[in-house]
Formats: sequence, C-alpha cells, structure tokens
Amino acid sequence: MELVMTPTEMQVVYEHPRSLADVPTRYCPGCTHGIAHRLLAEAIDELGLLERTILVAPVGCSVFAYEYFNADACQAAHGRAPAMATGVKRMLPENIVITYQGDGDLVSIGAAEIMHAAARGEQITTIFINNAVYGMTGGQMAPTSLPGQKTTSSPLGRDTHLTGAPIRMSEVLAQFDGAAYIVRRSLHDVANIRKAKKAILTALKVQMAGLGFSMVELLSSCPTNWGIAPEKALDWIEENMIPHFPLGDYKVRDDVKAL
Amino acid sequence: MTKELLKGNVAIAEAAVRVGLEAYFGYPITPQTELLEHLSQRMTELGRVFLQAESEVAAINMVYGAASTGARVMTSSSSPGISLMQEGLSYIAGSELPCVIVDVMRGGPGLGNILPSQADYFQVTRSAGHGDFHPIVLAPASVQEAIDFVELAFDLADKYRHMVLIAADGQIGQMMEPAELPPMRPLRDSTPDWALTGAKAREKRVVTSLYLKGEDEEAFNLKIQKKLKQIKKTEQRSVEYATEDAELLVIGFGTAGRVAYSAVEAAREKGLRVGLLRPQTLWPFPEQRISELADCVSGCLVVEMNAGQMIEDVRLAIGGQIPVTFYGRTGGIVPMPDEVLAAIEESYHRLQITV
Repeated sequence: MELVMTPTEMQVVYEHPRSLADVPTRYCPGCTHGIAHRLLAEAIDELGLLERTILVAPVGCSVFAYEYFNADACQAAHGRAPAMATGVKRMLPENIVITYQGDGDLVSIGAAEIMHAAARGEQITTIFINNAVYGMTGGQMAPTSLPGQKTTSSPLGRDTHLTGAPIRMSEVLAQFDGAAYIVRRSLHDVANIRKAKKAILTALKVQMAGLGFSMVELLSSCPTNWGIAPEKALDWIEENMIPHFPLGDYKVRDDVKAL
Repeated sequence: MTKELLKGNVAIAEAAVRVGLEAYFGYPITPQTELLEHLSQRMTELGRVFLQAESEVAAINMVYGAASTGARVMTSSSSPGISLMQEGLSYIAGSELPCVIVDVMRGGPGLGNILPSQADYFQVTRSAGHGDFHPIVLAPASVQEAIDFVELAFDLADKYRHMVLIAADGQIGQMMEPAELPPMRPLRDSTPDWALTGAKAREKRVVTSLYLKGEDEEAFNLKIQKKLKQIKKTEQRSVEYATEDAELLVIGFGTAGRVAYSAVEAAREKGLRVGLLRPQTLWPFPEQRISELADCVSGCLVVEMNAGQMIEDVRLAIGGQIPVTFYGRTGGIVPMPDEVLAAIEESYHRLQITV
C-alpha cells in the first residue's frame, strides 16, 4: 500500500486565519494572548466579518492588537475602549465593533465605561482577557489579582483587608438589562479553548443580530509576570484562578438562546 | 433669514445642527447644559446621533471614536468637565482627528462656581492635554459671533484635521440676544480617506496615537508642529475699534472684550485716544496684529476675567516695546464698563499722555 499522498490528495487542515496579520507579535513566550487573537480571527473569518469589523485596541500588552489583525482599528485610551467603541458603533451601526481589553483596563480604570456600555446595551462585543495582573507595566496587582497573590505592588501577597477581593466582572455585568450575552471561559487547555471559540462566535452573532452588549471573559496566563513556566502557568489558571472566577454562562438572554 | 432672540447655549447647539453636526456626546454641567438639552431633542428628531454619556471622560472618548469614522462630531462642557476631557483631547490630537469642543467657562479652581469666567485661558490655549499641541481656540463675544464661530470651527477642524475649541465664558452661554442662525445645510456627502469604515476592497486603516520609537514619535510631533505653524500663519483673527490714532491699546477677549468696548467708547467721548483689539482666536493668538499696533501706540491695557493669563501672550507679542498694564476680575465677576474706564484712565495718565 502506498503511504505517500500526492499533492492533489492532501487537505488543508490548518492555515493562517485571513483576519490575523502575518506579523510577529510582541507577546511573551507562553502568553495566551496569541490563542485569544487566533480564536477571534477565526471567528471573524467564519462569520465573514473582516470587511465590516472595526477593532478597538486597549492600553496594555494588547495595545498593538491593531497591528495583529487585518481589520480597520483604533487604539483607545486606557479603559476607554467601550466609550470609543460606542462612538464608532453609533456612527457605523452596520459595522461590527469589537473591544479587546485586559483586566487592568476593563475592571480597574475602565470600570465605569464597560458598565455603562453594558447598561446601554451597546451593540458591541468585548473580548476580556483576565490574567489577574497588570502585564505591560510589569506585573502589578490588578483588581482581579487573587487573595495572597504576590505581585510587584503587593510583594507580600494581596491583602484583601487593605485592597479588597477580586472583582468578578462577568457576574457584575450580567446584572444589566442591556447585556445580552456574558460568559466566562478559559484558555488553559484544548477543550476549554474550543469552548472559548464557540463563545466568541456566539458573542459576534449577538452583535450581528443587534441583540445588545456581548462579552466573553477569557481566563489567561501571564507566565512572565506570574514568574511561572508557561505549562505550569496553564495549571495555575485551573488550580488557582477558576476557583475564584468560575467558568460559566452568566447571562444568556432568551433571544440569544434562540440564535 | 431674520433675527431671533436666542440664548447663547441654544444658539450654538442649533448652529451646529444646521452646519451638519452628525453626532453629539456630552454630560450635563452648568452653565452649558441648555446646549446638551437642545441637541437631545433636535438630533433625535433629525435621526442623528445624540448620547448623554456617563461622564465627560466617556463623552470625549465617544467623540474620539465617532471622529475616527470621519463624522462631524461635537461635545460641550464647562471648566471642570474640560479638565476631565483632557485625556481624550490629547489622544484626539495624537490621532489628528477633527472635532469641535465647546467650553462654556465658569469660575474656578475646583468646583468654583457657575458664574462667567475666563480663568481657563491657560487650560485651553496651553494645556488642553498632555503632549506637545495646541487646539485652535475661538473666543466669541456675542451670541451672533458664537453662532458664526460654530461653522468656522467645523471648517477649520476639517481643513487641518485638528480639534477646534470654542471658548465661551458663561455670559455668552447664558445671555439672550437677537441673532441670525445659518440656513440648514446638507450633511457631508463624502468620507475622508483616513476614516475607519471597515477594510472593504482596500488596505486596513488604523487610528492611533502610539509611536513606540523615539524617532517615529518625533517625526509625528514635527508633523503636528508644521501644521500648527501653518495655522499660526494663516488663522490669526481679531477685531478692532478706534485703533487708528490710539495712544493706549486695550486688549480683551470674549465678554471682557465686549465690556472693554463700552469703556473705550466712553473714553473716546472723554477725548482719550484709546483703541480696542479683541482677539477672536486665542490660539493662534493674533500676535502679528498686536505687534504691528505696538509700533503705533504708547501703552497697552489688558482686560480679562481672570488674574491675568492672556497678558502673557500680549507681552510676548509686544516684546517689551511698550508698558503693559492689567485690569481683571476673578471669581466669576464680570467687570463693569466704569471699572474698566477707570483702569483706562489710570493707564492713560501713567503713560503721561496729554489730552
């Protein structure tokens, strides 16, 4: 039996998503931003949205997201991506507007902007990368840092008596009537990555159908600032983050279920 | 068209609607709130975008987003709200986007009060946000001029891809005067070639203010400076009264300039050779004309509703050629013409000019 396939018999099983730019990123080895970017790019491709998409990049490690996607893009001030996205979407209601934000950006400095965008039912989709730390500035405590977590600004471990406990933003945003779809997924293993992709597809479909605000929170790793090897960092998500940030669907409105 | 009795804030709002405003994002703050209220009704009935934001911070970032799509977009606020907008203004400058900001200035610092003030001259001309830039700043002295400046503001914003700030003190926003509004004009029918619309059948476009390499950031800064230099060269505006044979030149903008006009008229009736220059643009400051006049007059009196801010620009324009004196009221108090007249007489006699 001939084991070598001829070129005509070979099938493409993996290729570069059209929406993802063919450029090197500035992300650290083992960082899950790359996975999140790929999932978002695949979802944009599969729904045929690239020509309609306007990406709003945040301030943080993913500030250069506008270089990594082939969509039109703008770069918001720290935390203000939902406000900037609101301005874009109100002018271009037929376009798909996506904010990509980290936990310092979304939960701390931009808490007001994300809450009001959700409350207004702004027709935008937010990809929320939660890695429990400020990445770009070098590993300071975030509002999502875990109790006892050592960071460069909580060297003895986060003291919840002084700095409060982690804010669970998916649970918060699910309270708003304008929020149509709010879920938390994780990027620590293949099964969860597949679930994350499915959630991103749903979130974009919510926007396409004009059902309201949609957000997918993705628990992510930051090996560099956690000081853990990449594969151990994935374990750290499962063992330490998920107990504080349970995975699940926090808001799936009936009209979203019917999609 | 005929004149109507119009409140400044409402007149500015309606003028913006008529010259093609597509989107307004704002937050209530006295003494500009009627502007937002008027637009909440008019923009909605015309099917255009009006949104009351959760804060001035959000409002200016919504403006930033809407301006990225090439739309004619505006916000308005008053002093403390402008402080909150400085972050967004800086990003807008760093992304070279056109937009119009109306600042109906009130007394400060802090919460201050809601009385008319010009205490934010430095803020609007010098420090509208971090980084090396100046907005174009227009200072109306009447409801009619405020209306006229709205169209000028949008045209300058589009022409230079730059923000234009209309700095009206609370008096201009709150008072009612007969004025004529422009006719209703159609909305823009084209989209600029830098605007975000979706990368369909073209390369993607990016709106950003980020230049990681020092050389790139410097190149961008030099580009802005070249543009500002051109603006400085071509857009200085001022109006004059009785400057032909003046010995003393009075300089004041906005409401202070208008009060000074009455005082200069009274001084003329007394036979004093006094003239007035009222800057219409605060940035670029009308330094060319002031420098020319400095060659003809013996002294200069600056009148402001602050502790003396524009006087620094006057001194720079005059370059020490002639003495410059100051009269100002702060705290939101509008000087009376007779107070300014007294200051004129004092300056006049100090110059030892004989009638």
